[in-house]
Amino acid sequence: MGSHHAVEIKEERYAPSSRLTNIIRLLIGIGIVTVAAGVYTDGHRFWANYLLNNWFFLGLSLAGVLFVSIQSVSNAAWSLGYRRIAEAMGAYLPWAFAGFAVLMISTSLHWSHLYHWAHHGIAEEFLEGGQPNPEYDPIIASKVPYLNVPFMAARMAVFFGLWILLYRAIRKHSLLEDQEGGLLRIRRIKTLASIFLPVFAVTWAMSTWDYVMSVDTHWYSTIFWVYHFAAAWVAALSFMAIVAVLLKKAGYLPHLNDNHLHDLGKFMFAFSIFWAYIWVSQFLLIYYANIPEETIYFQERLEHFKIPFFVNVGVNFVLPFFLLMTRGSKRQANYLMAVAILLIAGKYLDLYLGIMPGTVGGHAHFGWMEIGMFAGYTGLFLWVVTRALASASIIQHRHPYIREYATHEVM
Amino acid sequence: MTKKYILGLFRDEVPLLHAVHELRKEGNKIHEVYTPFPVHGLDEALGYKRSRLPRAGFLFGCLGGTLGLSMQAWMLGVDWPMNIGGKPALAWVDFVPVTFELTVLITALGMVATYLVASEFIPGNEPKIPDPRISSDVFCIAIPAEDASSSVGSRLRELGAEVQEKEVEL
Repeated sequence: MGSHHAVEIKEERYAPSSRLTNIIRLLIGIGIVTVAAGVYTDGHRFWANYLLNNWFFLGLSLAGVLFVSIQSVSNAAWSLGYRRIAEAMGAYLPWAFAGFAVLMISTSLHWSHLYHWAHHGIAEEFLEGGQPNPEYDPIIASKVPYLNVPFMAARMAVFFGLWILLYRAIRKHSLLEDQEGGLLRIRRIKTLASIFLPVFAVTWAMSTWDYVMSVDTHWYSTIFWVYHFAAAWVAALSFMAIVAVLLKKAGYLPHLNDNHLHDLGKFMFAFSIFWAYIWVSQFLLIYYANIPEETIYFQERLEHFKIPFFVNVGVNFVLPFFLLMTRGSKRQANYLMAVAILLIAGKYLDLYLGIMPGTVGGHAHFGWMEIGMFAGYTGLFLWVVTRALASASIIQHRHPYIREYATHEVM
Repeated sequence: MTKKYILGLFRDEVPLLHAVHELRKEGNKIHEVYTPFPVHGLDEALGYKRSRLPRAGFLFGCLGGTLGLSMQAWMLGVDWPMNIGGKPALAWVDFVPVTFELTVLITALGMVATYLVASEFIPGNEPKIPDPRISSDVFCIAIPAEDASSSVGSRLRELGAEVQEKEVEL
């Protein structure tokens, strides 16, 4: 019955510890060395990893903005302790834009060969002399009006433009709330969030087709973007759980307690099941229909990636399902953080299985390049997030729902 | 079986919760507390153990899953095998949706039934409540008269309750 005690919530400034700063430097260092070595030794595998990591962290960062939007639109108070963390994740969006811009340039200049549809002359039926083109692929030719570099670059510019614009606006009003209090800024954020939500749905769907699904150019699945949404969402929730628990351990966020962790844990639990639901939906329909051009997707994965294919379902569904089922499990900070780390590893594996078979195929293996590049990107992401987190109060202390947040209780 | 109870009727949940804490601290045995809506912290104040309903749910889930899986295996694999898209008759992947749905269905129905039976919410049963106002605006603490100390009535009044003694079945 905390509502009967006066709760005072103050502005709270975060400063990254020197230990964390050193870890981030080390991770970025590992990343730079790996990238240099990767480009030199195995360019194709490097670009596959490049796409994987850019996509993974784009998903994390966008899901952060999505979290802020959903919580604002639904007038939620329980999540206030996580909202600045989610906002800080959005600060990575311009970096993700830079990453994909480089990918686009490398595709158009044929430095990278991730996208089959970008191969020179693949959509031309006849060679210049009039003889039939042996490279001609009629299925890809029918997709080229959509899958071509200028149109994809234009889509990328528009999508990232919208995301960054909306994110910056939400962040601006959120920071002004810290000075002004009151309802005006909350209403503005709500309006922006209601614009972001439908924009996100459409742009995210098209981005999954563009960057991930078009790796397997012949193949398509209409549920693919939902699947990737579920993965990015669970990864982002897990990331927020880890950051919140670490902040709590370092003595920040005094009002964040096991009730708030419980609700975030429920979110992770529910969306792990949702992920599995979408996974089964995609698999089952393709299995039922038994159309060769669809089954090839799973054929490839079961042939070259048999063990990770099944481990994927175990790590992303079976384990979290049992580990997060009970009430107590979601209310223990260390335990929840351990499951969150497991889920992030699981989502990496999930994306590995989404991208590697269509790019590197049978030559793919998990080794120093995969670990090093993921470490580097983690370092970069952490650097951006901690900087954004340190640039403002880590709690919206003048938010109108702040008392409801502090006294939040899960029955 | 009716029994004599001392009833403390409250108008607000805050003094009620306070009274429950105080009475239990002073060693009084509370039979039950009746409220029009769930009161935060009341379960802990009464020292209730966690509900055993999830265990019933787990058992019903196992039953539903087994039923769903064995039903399909028997129908499609044993009793009437059919060639569907060239798949084997016992294609376990096909059975996932129905097994899942039946697990959820039997768990939900089973838990509702268990709850209704355990709380004696059976159609035609007279509700066992101390006072009809507890479904509207009154909060009630029921203390069995046989276990109660003689001072409990005045203590309840002190804590802000209207006190009644009633012969009821609870």
